[in-house]
Amino acid sequence: MLSEKAQAEITEIVKRYPVRRSAILPALWIAQREFGYLSEEAMRAVANLLELNPTQVYEVVTFYTMYSLKPSGRYVLQVCRTLSCAICGAMEIISHLEKRLGIKEGETTPDRLFTLRYVECIAACGNAPAMQINQDYYENLTVQKVDQILNELATVGKSSLASGPFMCP
Amino acid sequence: MPVYEEIILKNMKLPGYKGEISDYKRQGGYRALSKVLKELTPDQVIEIVKQSGLRGRGGAGFPTGLKWSFIPKDPQVPKYLCCNADESEPGTFKDRQLIERDPHQMIEGLIISSYAIGAHVAYIYTRGEFFHGAVVLEKALAEARDCGCIGKNILGSGYDLEVFVHRGAGAYICGEETALLESIEGKRGMPRFKPPFPATHGLYGKPTVVNNVETLANVPHIILRGAEWYASIGTPKSAGTRIFSVSGHVKRPGNYEVPMGISLRELIYEHAGGILGDRRLKAVIPGGASAAFFTPDHLDVKLDFEEVAKAGSMLGSGGVTVMDETICMVWAAMNLLQFFHHESCGKCTPCREGSFWLHRVLKRIEEGQGQMEDLDLMVNLSNNIGGKTICAFGDAEIAPVLSTLKYFRGEYEDHIRQRRCTLRQLPALAGSPTSA
Ligand SMILES: Cc1cc2nc3c(=O)[nH]c(=O)nc-3n(C[C@H](O)[C@H](O)[C@H](O)COP(=O)(O)O)c2cc1C
Ligand code: SF4
Ligand code: FES
Repeated sequence: MLSEKAQAEITEIVKRYPVRRSAILPALWIAQREFGYLSEEAMRAVANLLELNPTQVYEVVTFYTMYSLKPSGRYVLQVCRTLSCAICGAMEIISHLEKRLGIKEGETTPDRLFTLRYVECIAACGNAPAMQINQDYYENLTVQKVDQILNELATVGKSSLASGPFMCP
Repeated sequence: MPVYEEIILKNMKLPGYKGEISDYKRQGGYRALSKVLKELTPDQVIEIVKQSGLRGRGGAGFPTGLKWSFIPKDPQVPKYLCCNADESEPGTFKDRQLIERDPHQMIEGLIISSYAIGAHVAYIYTRGEFFHGAVVLEKALAEARDCGCIGKNILGSGYDLEVFVHRGAGAYICGEETALLESIEGKRGMPRFKPPFPATHGLYGKPTVVNNVETLANVPHIILRGAEWYASIGTPKSAGTRIFSVSGHVKRPGNYEVPMGISLRELIYEHAGGILGDRRLKAVIPGGASAAFFTPDHLDVKLDFEEVAKAGSMLGSGGVTVMDETICMVWAAMNLLQFFHHESCGKCTPCREGSFWLHRVLKRIEEGQGQMEDLDLMVNLSNNIGGKTICAFGDAEIAPVLSTLKYFRGEYEDHIRQRRCTLRQLPALAGSPTSA
């Protein structure tokens, strides 16, 4: 079940639109924040709140790549593989990550700390190569920086290398 | 290096400028809004923006004032303004900076634009990845509301407007304006057939304007400094400045705001500092991944909508990706077709199946398994995609294929004859082609 707080948040968001269904993306974000992923139960809860058929929720969830139908690791590494990053070293970053974590695209480490995903351009091309981890961006990546980021996340739960407000150059 | 006056990147570069409402107001922020509400009718605002020559910065370059003038005037009919902050075109990273560094500038532009078309509700659609951007915008909207610039009876004028952030969840296609509307309506982000256009049948079937972040950010400046001033910058048909996002093999990648009409050479060699390691330039994409490749022969093309189109590509989103001599063009096209295949929404067959096949054939050539017939096959496939799809994505996905085939055919033939890439220094692309 969605928490009282989550339900209240969604009810508030519904008011922004003339149509309840419009609140589906924000509601799914809230549900995913609560459960870590979108279980059948979570999708049903969103459908109930928005007075929708569960399949109307499911068809939306499966269209957008940032919703997850299964549990992910605590940190989801989303490495950009599109052209500007690819020609500025993204492939080295990717092979390093695969080697260091011992996993491939879509997999999660056995300690459930890291999930590895490859994504398309994340609007950081001037600071290539780049990746997003959960909500934060990490840019101008090198193998050394990647090691530092992973070490910091594994030990203190956040990394000093996360990008601040974006400005390039 | 030629230095030009920046208009919309100016504030954020001032020392100590944090983009809060006090920072923005100190630079004259919200004066344009006040002027509009006190002195101008909606039609006058539309006329000024028409006269300024402002054209959309999202990709198509449609004249902004003209777009607004298509909105029916009936006050009984609800109208909407949607700010397109989806910024997903590969190579483009200007809106992210405009949002995170100076959110009030685009918000002021959005309020003025909403007034011009008679909208009382506006949505800012950000891509899902812009979590921090959405937080910045929410905070800025709250500040603007506290100052009476949003909400009921704005600045005592009797005009009401509510503005909400709507965050997407990962889908390139939601940058296409009708897909964006579907997404706000709570559906899969699949483009609608046009006509009817959003100006008459948009969000919830009501008259709607969709404008890009950079387009809206220009509006307050046009109001304050006048249409004539704006029209005097750039070229006659492409007025104003343009932010080019330069990435790839240049010494100083970044966002450069320059008058429209400077040469590609000036942008790459002066502003972006030239090619990394002083290697040779091989190819440039001038307007995001949807634009055809250029070669060093195009360096003197003037960067405005007309000239770039005349030279066979498009100014598009202003994302300029620079590739040096070490990059294999078959590989580059394959990388982009992986993108297009991954992002095709699947609504129309030529695009859905065509992007799959184009990517597959490119991969096979790149891996040394291609045949000469494959080159004609790709042209044939492309001819059955271009102009035959619901949205412009179809034309976009064939641009990298046809342009690399046109300018670098020899490189394709080498791959096929020698059964390998003789250039490649890069390991194989990550991810399997079917992981979409
Ligand atoms: C496939 C596709 C993707 C697009 N992506 C974006 C985008 O990310 N941001 C944007 O502003 N416009 C994008 N556009 C253009 C929009 O459809 C629309 O023309 C634009 O937002 C209108 O605003 P403007 O007139 O201010 O440029 C895209 C178009 C297509 C066909
Ligand atoms: S052209 Fe492609 S992206 Fe556009 S509607 Fe058709 S399938 Fe979807
Ligand atoms: S190509 Fe990687 S962020 Fe744009």
